[in-house]
Amino acid sequence: MTIEDRLHGLRTAPPARVDRAVLLGTGLADGFGLFQSPIGQVIVTFNTDGVSSVDLPDEEAFTRFHQRFGRQLIEARPPRGWDRWINLAIERGTPGELPIDLRVVTDFQRQVLEVTTTIPRGQVRTYGWLARRVGKTGATRAVGSTMARNPLPLIVPCHRVVRSDGLIGNYSLGGNDRKRQLLEHEGADPGGLEELAGRGIRFLGSDTTGVFCLPTCRHARRISDNHRVEFRSADEAAGSGFRPCLVCSP
Amino acid sequence: MNDLCQRLSRDLDGTFPELVGLLRQDIYSGLRRLYPAEAEDLTQETLIRAYRALAGYEPERIRQLQLRGWIWTIALNLGRNHARDRARRPQPVEYEDRHPKIDPEPPDSVAWDRRLRGLPPHQRQAVVLRHVVGLSYPEIAEVVARPEGTVKADVHRGLQKLRQIMEGEQ
Repeated sequence: MTIEDRLHGLRTAPPARVDRAVLLGTGLADGFGLFQSPIGQVIVTFNTDGVSSVDLPDEEAFTRFHQRFGRQLIEARPPRGWDRWINLAIERGTPGELPIDLRVVTDFQRQVLEVTTTIPRGQVRTYGWLARRVGKTGATRAVGSTMARNPLPLIVPCHRVVRSDGLIGNYSLGGNDRKRQLLEHEGADPGGLEELAGRGIRFLGSDTTGVFCLPTCRHARRISDNHRVEFRSADEAAGSGFRPCLVCSP
Repeated sequence: MNDLCQRLSRDLDGTFPELVGLLRQDIYSGLRRLYPAEAEDLTQETLIRAYRALAGYEPERIRQLQLRGWIWTIALNLGRNHARDRARRPQPVEYEDRHPKIDPEPPDSVAWDRRLRGLPPHQRQAVVLRHVVGLSYPEIAEVVARPEGTVKADVHRGLQKLRQIMEGEQ
């Protein structure tokens, strides 16, 4: 064998992990891992921009990801430190330190989702409340479809957004029961909310402070029974001389 | 290769994995001989840099590219920078098992590392690009920015030197 042949014989393919790293490094693929959540195991995907999606780990998960994002998925470890941030974000129901990648949604949807991350754990807001917060009063339906298309359920807590009539409403990550389960897990008492809604009550006020709140606001929950006043509308509350709470802005 | 450039210029994301499939072995095999300890990282980095560069090019520029030569320009630049940074930094203590060699290597790979270390850098680079990677002389001349005649002479002298080294082993 000539020396040229022997040099040619040194050709060798790189380990497969090089290909995976190239796909992840160029952003042509996202990595994925499985994480625990209050509603069981979920699949979390990520890339160099941040965490890109949270979904249920069924057989269709890869197809759904590819259809929506147009990228492949590769099983990978998240960047250093993200493991802990992902677990915290799922547990607390807000991104915290974790970078999130919302490139897949429109500017309007991004604004809505960013406001959604500010809803405190254990509390709920309505689609109409979110619409007002992004300066689009009346865009309730668009907010509703934003929630339905939320790429990061659990981390962007769309489970804390309910219908204006007080009913729990739909949930993209496995239906209403999951939403109820999550709210109960956070101590939000969805049954109590629906009981109030059933009687047409949408706000609670305190006759000592003269302030009215959304029923799950931390201030509403401090009102003792003998000082609690129920209202069917914001107009009714204002007509009785109550002012809206600055925390939950009902 | 021309057809690949055409398609890269139209659909970079869809076609890039093909480029990786086509050039991964070339790049890794060459870097493995020139920068043994960093070949894997450098291969990754070369391909990622290539993608980012292509993403910024006009379609016409992509269609005109001589892909293999172009990508080797990136690879050798990275290799040089890496080697320079390494020389400047104090080296951490390396343990034998820090990068476990679990991947299959050609049988006399280590012997070749030693033989190639016996060549002056220009000759080693020219021999590897010509006979391990398989670039043509005009491609190598372009990549290393030296006249073609000089490159041919480097390869010729490099091979002679390797023959001597191997005779000395017997």
